[in-house]
Amino acid sequence: MSRILTYREALREGLDEELARDPNVVLMGEEVAQYNGAYKVTEGLWKKWGDKRVVDTPISEAGFIGMGIGASMLGVRPVMELMFWSFHSVAFDQLVSNAACVRYMSGGLCNCPIVVRGPANGGTGVGATHSHIPEGLFAAFPGLKVCAPATPADVKGLIKAAIRDNDPVYVMENTLLYGTTGEVPDPAEGDFVIPLGVADIKLEGSDVSLIAHGRSVIHALAAAEILQTEHGINAEVLDLRSIRPLDQDAILKSVMKTNRVVLVDESKPFGGVSAMVAMLIQEHAFDYLDAPIKRVCSIDAPAIYSPHIEHEQLPNPRRIVDKVLTLV
Amino acid sequence: MTSASSTKLDFANSPINQALTTERKIELFSQMVRIRRFEQAGLKYYQAGKIGGFLHLYIGQEAVAVGTISLGGADDHFITAYRDHGHALAVGMGMNECMAEMYGKQTGCSKGKGGSMHFFAPDKNFWGGHGIVAGQTPLGLGLAYGLKYLGKEGCCLCYLGDGAVNQGAFHESLNIAALFGIPVVYVIENNGYSMGTSQKRSSAYSGCLAQRAEAYAIEWDVIDGSDIYEVRAKTHIAMERARKQHQPTVLEIDTYRYYGHSIADANHKKYRTPEEIENYKQNHDPIAVFRRRLIEEGVLTEETATAINKAAADEAAASVKFAEESPAPTIADISTDVYWETDHDTSASKIGRHFFND
Repeated sequence: MSRILTYREALREGLDEELARDPNVVLMGEEVAQYNGAYKVTEGLWKKWGDKRVVDTPISEAGFIGMGIGASMLGVRPVMELMFWSFHSVAFDQLVSNAACVRYMSGGLCNCPIVVRGPANGGTGVGATHSHIPEGLFAAFPGLKVCAPATPADVKGLIKAAIRDNDPVYVMENTLLYGTTGEVPDPAEGDFVIPLGVADIKLEGSDVSLIAHGRSVIHALAAAEILQTEHGINAEVLDLRSIRPLDQDAILKSVMKTNRVVLVDESKPFGGVSAMVAMLIQEHAFDYLDAPIKRVCSIDAPAIYSPHIEHEQLPNPRRIVDKVLTLV
Repeated sequence: MTSASSTKLDFANSPINQALTTERKIELFSQMVRIRRFEQAGLKYYQAGKIGGFLHLYIGQEAVAVGTISLGGADDHFITAYRDHGHALAVGMGMNECMAEMYGKQTGCSKGKGGSMHFFAPDKNFWGGHGIVAGQTPLGLGLAYGLKYLGKEGCCLCYLGDGAVNQGAFHESLNIAALFGIPVVYVIENNGYSMGTSQKRSSAYSGCLAQRAEAYAIEWDVIDGSDIYEVRAKTHIAMERARKQHQPTVLEIDTYRYYGHSIADANHKKYRTPEEIENYKQNHDPIAVFRRRLIEEGVLTEETATAINKAAADEAAASVKFAEESPAPTIADISTDVYWETDHDTSASKIGRHFFND
């Protein structure tokens, strides 16, 4: 039996199950223990697992993430929370030069089985410093893996896969998704793990492919409904879920079926995930395209604060619908 | 730089040094000589264009790595920055794999993927070899955290240069080390210069750099790095504090490098006077100091010392030959050692695209 859980609860359940499965899994981050998590993702876990397994760190992202990387080389499996992925920049040397490169520079002698997780999104009126969306940035570094789950079931399945993976995996969540609900399989029915690298068709369609990840998937689904009811356009929504490794086969299969594609990506337009996906589509499915590949990204400026206009900077159903209508 | 202390203690009599056998003393001397001969060979072939990248020589600092690492037990771990050849040989890495790494050959310790700054030997508890100033200081913290987490009675010696003390990552690490009770010993190898900038021009301090530890309620000490007995005696205390009490220490070991920051440092004879360099060589060279001492003790003879020197030079020459004759990495090698999962051909590695080559 599936249950209805919030994204936050499903994520917490995944963390809890992995803490139970492997005594070397340790959660670390700012306010994750006694405060119960800035976004309450880890609520109750410190009380259940104690000081050794759930660790409050000072506000020292370079210090505690580097500490987790060092510990992982000895076999500890740290799962580190960034209160916001926006704070990656103060730990960038550790996240990139150490986590991504230590295996390579040691000729494969070291490995770094860490997870870094936290929200990476705009849309909450917190301005440019707290609204960075770096999944494309980190996916650009070989050695790293990145995923961006959109639903409660996906975040549970992917966090468990990320923790079990023997490479560094950066999980990008979304504060606006934490309270959303969805069906999640009951643990009594077995271990629920979603492998990295598998996309998911969230809605079958035939006229246009909307390819998205993270909260953009939710917008794409809303746009698909409008397209169907108001314009008679049957859109398919493909959720990438995992950015690197990337399910290229699922992308191409969808595009070859619908022959039209709009990529929805909360990142800025220059470079990034949708730019990479567009490159792969033109290289491998060029002859199947009946129209140019189009994108809906965040408007190309630092994140604006104003709650009056912020949602217009980000992908939203109306912008997606408008973009699709230019294609068909 | 050398300590100004005028009342120098004789650390040969400390218990940790009293416990040294004749053979072990000769072994420590040999290790220092091997490091110097290895690097002299490296310098020769770097200048001949056989070795790429940067070459940060440890010559003049040998007693620091050899003295501290000689104290390591099964659960003690080591990590350093890019001036890493001395530590690598001191933990027991072979000259061949180290020279081949500098040559960029497949037989190098990192298969030619790391170079001079990135030597690793996890099987010998040596975790690099790190290129970014102070970037290794949180990793050393993490190795020590891992030891404590896993219930091992050990510590991590994390080396850094005097320039690294001004990086934020180091201060974040000190705070966490004290706060969490982490068994890490930070060893500042103070050679007086952060590249071309002297300590006085780069750091604000009252007595010495290690004294900054007081701000974090961490114990600290200053050591004369030209005296391997002093290095061992004082570092031993810090390591015991870490192992037994889970308390960190900051050690500042005064030392000196004869060459520039790297061999690409063209100005190293401009920011230092010839007299300063000559004074260290004549009066504080760690190998010469230990050699004299061992001869006085009757542990070493001139003949043995000369033989050790020749053996080290021969070993270094053989490592050059090994490196020369070793194969270079292939184009296919570029794409291995990126992901553990793809290297091990796991089921996870077969799902989704991991590499995005054209």
